[in-house]
Amino acid sequence: MPMNEEFKPKIVAFCCNWCSYAGADLAGSSRLAYPADVKIIRVPCSCRVNPMFILRAFEKGADGVIICGCHPGDCHYSTGHYYARRRMAMLFSMLEYIGIENGRTRVEWVSAAEGVKFSTTMNEFVSKIQSLGKNVRLGDIRCKN
Amino acid sequence: MDMFKIAKADLSKLLAAIAAEQDLFVPAKVAGQTNFTLWNEETAVDLDTLKTVKSPKDVFFPQSENLYTVKKEDKKYKITPEELCSRDFVVFGMKACDIQGVKVLDRVFLADPVDTFYAARRAHGTIVALACGEPEESCFCSVFGVDPANPDADVALWVVGDDVCWKALTEKGEALTAKVEALLSAGDEAAVEAKKAEINAIVEKLPYADLDLEGWHGDATKEKFDSPVWDDLYKPCLACGTCTFVCPTCQCYDIKDYDTGHGIQRYRCWDSCMYSDFTMMAHGNNRTSQLQRFRQRFMHKLVYFPANNDGMYSCVGCGRCVDKCPASLNIVKVIKAFKKEEAAK
Amino acid sequence: MQELINRAKELLADGTVARVLGWREGDMSYNPEVAYFNSAEELDKFVYNGFCAANLSKYMIEASKLEGKTLVFLKPCDTYSFNQLLKEHRVDREKAYIIGVGCCGKLNVEAIKAMGIKGIQSIEIDDACETLTVKTIYGDKTVAYKDAMLERCHVCKGKEHMVYDELMGESRDTVDAERFAEVERIEAMSPAEKFAFFQAELSKCIRCNACRNVCPACSCRKCVFDSNKFDSAQKANVDSFEEKMFHIIRAFHVAGRCTDCGECSRVCPQGIPLHLFNRKFIKDINKFYGEFKAGEDAETKGPLTNFTFDDVEPCDAVERG
Repeated sequence: MPMNEEFKPKIVAFCCNWCSYAGADLAGSSRLAYPADVKIIRVPCSCRVNPMFILRAFEKGADGVIICGCHPGDCHYSTGHYYARRRMAMLFSMLEYIGIENGRTRVEWVSAAEGVKFSTTMNEFVSKIQSLGKNVRLGDIRCKN
Repeated sequence: MDMFKIAKADLSKLLAAIAAEQDLFVPAKVAGQTNFTLWNEETAVDLDTLKTVKSPKDVFFPQSENLYTVKKEDKKYKITPEELCSRDFVVFGMKACDIQGVKVLDRVFLADPVDTFYAARRAHGTIVALACGEPEESCFCSVFGVDPANPDADVALWVVGDDVCWKALTEKGEALTAKVEALLSAGDEAAVEAKKAEINAIVEKLPYADLDLEGWHGDATKEKFDSPVWDDLYKPCLACGTCTFVCPTCQCYDIKDYDTGHGIQRYRCWDSCMYSDFTMMAHGNNRTSQLQRFRQRFMHKLVYFPANNDGMYSCVGCGRCVDKCPASLNIVKVIKAFKKEEAAK
Repeated sequence: MQELINRAKELLADGTVARVLGWREGDMSYNPEVAYFNSAEELDKFVYNGFCAANLSKYMIEASKLEGKTLVFLKPCDTYSFNQLLKEHRVDREKAYIIGVGCCGKLNVEAIKAMGIKGIQSIEIDDACETLTVKTIYGDKTVAYKDAMLERCHVCKGKEHMVYDELMGESRDTVDAERFAEVERIEAMSPAEKFAFFQAELSKCIRCNACRNVCPACSCRKCVFDSNKFDSAQKANVDSFEEKMFHIIRAFHVAGRCTDCGECSRVCPQGIPLHLFNRKFIKDINKFYGEFKAGEDAETKGPLTNFTFDDVEPCDAVERG
């Protein structure tokens, strides 16, 4: 990549079907802008996100991974996001422990009504990753060329 | 061929001289463990540790290597085979048992059909071996006819006092000697002979020196396979692959595809007969219990391999499995258990 | 040791148990192996000493499938694993007759060899477990018992057995280090230093899976890393991402269930301090969700299968962790 070209991070966003995915939908239909580098993967619930999904995304070249789910108390399945919250807290802390810059992973609660929040969150996250630069520590060299 | 020597203190100069013209692999300590690695100026060379954790077989037969890459270009698939090793290299500090291990691998990979990846590495590699100064209790190479004082390599080295004596044994060794001759001076043949006698005297005292291989040969398949000894013997086995991965002769591999997201890399990597998916085929698996898998490993080393290779065992007595098995099982215990059973009969 | 053998013989003779799971003397003084004993004669080869480090709880998964009761000898720390397996319904309490044995710290022959001791012919342990007399081809040496102990014994969880049918023998305090000191040392590093540390340690990994196979918490019938449809299957080893993924995921899978028995670090042929991953999770769990000791009992819900409404948010956890 030439030096003068702007770094366009690859972002994977896991969005829960019931709140955050609908929030993304609303952001779209409200014509709110967020970077096209965010690739959304729809999951039934934020607690469907297995730590392996996140590591695999990084392995295959993602620069940042964000998980969006219903606000605490609003989970379609009552308690899924509470489990997800504990798991992600553990995983993020571990990633930080092995030397992955804090900020490459994030959890955000976005409801179906929060199109604005979705777009601002994504804009913020993308600029955060831009400041962190390319993910070199978690990528697999085989996926590079 | 002449005996040369170099002061121990000058070894780093020698390594630098060797590395100037080719790749150089040396035993080096990384995060507390000694294994063979590619040398550079910062490498913490460790010639004092007798046995590296992994055998140096991975210099010739890497744990994981690419075979070819497939990419889709304009609706066509383009296959790019991996290039064969074309750069000369030297492996410095291999021990006699590891060299015997390479000879076992030669039997497998250089027999028809020749494994081109392995053959290319063998052709470009020069082995500089170091005689074992202080053999350890887990060593039993002498049982398999290996002489730790006389490594059969391209160049053999002996540490005598403050000097390292150097003797080329093959043409490749001669060629390497010619390249570094400026650093060498004339060595003392008698001192080396004395050192060899010293090593051999230690070898006789080793606890496994009198291990008896009687009954283990290519014709023993039925008798050993059906023995009830296995039923009890395998039980502590955790079914991990430690013994196979540290072993200098284990040569089984698996071929797999890795999806890089924009193509496929076909690679091969070491496999272990201890694993449940070893030799998995469409119909399932040949060996479905750990007893069968455990038996396979030792039968292969001591019966099947000699049956197909003029009586050559595919154990070299390096003792790495003795040192490393998490369950304290190893080939010595297997041989002893059979001996005991026969004595009881 | 003799009283253990005698008691085992009694229990075999009166039919309480059908077999005994313990340790059999090895062919060197430091390599006893796990073994089943089916008769009084076989028990003559039974040993119990400083080198009997293996945690027999995991073997009880298989033993629970056998006919009749199995007598098993568990050290204090092994009983935590047994409880955890009970909680997960992987062992059958009815099939186990547990004798809680005393422990004065277990030995690590690698630690002895790391002192430069080669050619070991025999190792004698004195009755007080203070000194080892090591006879080698290259001369005799003495080593202080505690210098040859496994890492886990320096941060021992305690002398109490969590589950047992009867107790035999005395245990002693072996703690002389802070359990989370190493974790804290790493936490204090910069991201680049942390990464360099784990990169150096994990690049040694040969993916032999010994850590997984010995782990009492890794008791899945089919491991995700054994799936042949999964492209990070167990055998591939490339010097980039795979080892990290394997070890992070493995530690994650046992988070909240790991009793910190230290078997993973004990068996690693490359001497990778794998307990540092598990201990980090334990430390975080204690901090965010309250003190929790996996295996203390066989009923309490694990921290990752539980929640409260005001748990810490993941992003805050990283900053405070």
